Amino acid sequence: MARFDPYENNGGTCVAVAGADYCVVAADTRLSVGYSILSRRHSKIAHLIRADKCVLASSGFQGDIKALQKNLSAKELLYEHNHNKKMSCPAMAQLLSNTLYYKRFFPYYAFNVLGGLDSEGKGCVFTYDAVGSYERTGYSAQGTGAALMMPVLDKQLKSPSPLILPARDAVTPLSESDAVDLVKDVFASATERDIYTGDSLEIIVINSSGTRRDWIELRKD
Amino acid sequence: MAGSMELPAKGGFSFDLCRRNAMLEKSGLKMPGFLKTGTTIVGLVFKDGVVLGADTRATEGPIVADKNCEKIHFMAPNIYCCGAGTAADTEAVTDMVSSQLQLHRYATSRESRVVTALTLLKTHLFNYQGHVSAALVLGGVDVTGPHLHTVYPHGSTDTLPFATMGSGSLAAMSVFESKYKEGLTREEGIQLVADAISAGIFNDLGSGSNVDVCVITQGGTEYLRNHEEPNPRTYVSSKGFSFTPGHTEVLSTRVRQIGPVVAEAGPVVAEGDVIMEEGL
Repeated sequence: MARFDPYENNGGTCVAVAGADYCVVAADTRLSVGYSILSRRHSKIAHLIRADKCVLASSGFQGDIKALQKNLSAKELLYEHNHNKKMSCPAMAQLLSNTLYYKRFFPYYAFNVLGGLDSEGKGCVFTYDAVGSYERTGYSAQGTGAALMMPVLDKQLKSPSPLILPARDAVTPLSESDAVDLVKDVFASATERDIYTGDSLEIIVINSSGTRRDWIELRKD
Repeated sequence: MAGSMELPAKGGFSFDLCRRNAMLEKSGLKMPGFLKTGTTIVGLVFKDGVVLGADTRATEGPIVADKNCEKIHFMAPNIYCCGAGTAADTEAVTDMVSSQLQLHRYATSRESRVVTALTLLKTHLFNYQGHVSAALVLGGVDVTGPHLHTVYPHGSTDTLPFATMGSGSLAAMSVFESKYKEGLTREEGIQLVADAISAGIFNDLGSGSNVDVCVITQGGTEYLRNHEEPNPRTYVSSKGFSFTPGHTEVLSTRVRQIGPVVAEAGPVVAEGDVIMEEGL
């Protein structure tokens, strides 16, 4: 007896890397279902424009992701009206966690990475599971190609090791251009081996002067 | 029945462990996966013979296991076979029939016929009742002319002027149905096959990388490995990657002697000794 499955995995990978005074958020733009491609140019990144320097990248079920983005947008507007200021990135991080846990027993099939600048202007990255467990880290990858990327990022970002005490912030000491270069290469590599990642890569860079968006082409097979 | 338990297995699969495997799977054991080829494979008949085509991606679930594998297998100098499905099955079944055809050539002193390969393949696959997951496009030219067949895992076959198989078969077939006509020239045939495989490569996630083509005519066979390479890597970091030792934190070190240290040994064979070589 076939039951209706409410979920679908639309594939793709998201990455965010935090630096001393910048944050890079990137995601591929392929939307797929099963072995078919639905779109080669579908953005997985939500700009959360009303929030202060904060960008959400999500992979998973795009239906749930669109709903989650709308939900967050509405809650952000309410915050602005109640507190008379834009939401900071750490505040948005907590809000996202609460929003996800609210649907603990019928979750949003969304694997999120939130990136931006904190109130001191330092890069911050928050990584989530589907039900809202989150952690502030220096970098993270989520999605179908995440397992292919994380080991490379662990090594090449030259971040302080989380195993050594005292615990230090895992923000990368790399420059902004080096970090962007690494993200592009790591996506090109993941595209070679993950069938759900490819087509093109959308890169957002957030720093003190604002938010910049860039695209590069990836393998289309 | 008395005595039947002692008889040795005559061949084919033994299903004795199926119940135990099902029990293990139910108690949580994760079964090993199969390497499937994903795949787009095609074949068409043109004026002077047949053209076969295939992509070169082999997948293990969502991961690309081989970016440039060979899916067009040799059967006889005048017969080639494209394979889709489980990679081990297509490889094994084509190797086996290729050997059988060679023995048959020695016995008959004649060039192999495509229908011979076809019958050997379909008989084998039917005997294994679909458990050998091989979906094939078999093509070749013999004394009776050019032939193109498809073979399904359960052992059924079709004889066609143009054919596609694999997860990308719908994408490839849409190209064939639009552009195929009888009496294509060699160049037109190769281009059409390359277009059909490209459709599979770009629109099917199970297929990718390069286009392999094989042209078989009365005069001979041309195997065009990587005839088209439309998917180069898009970005390489100009800085390169460093993997300097010492970056991975060593938390603790322990060196333990597991046996006596042996002094450096000289050459195993002294001068003048005769070594038996394999195959002699």
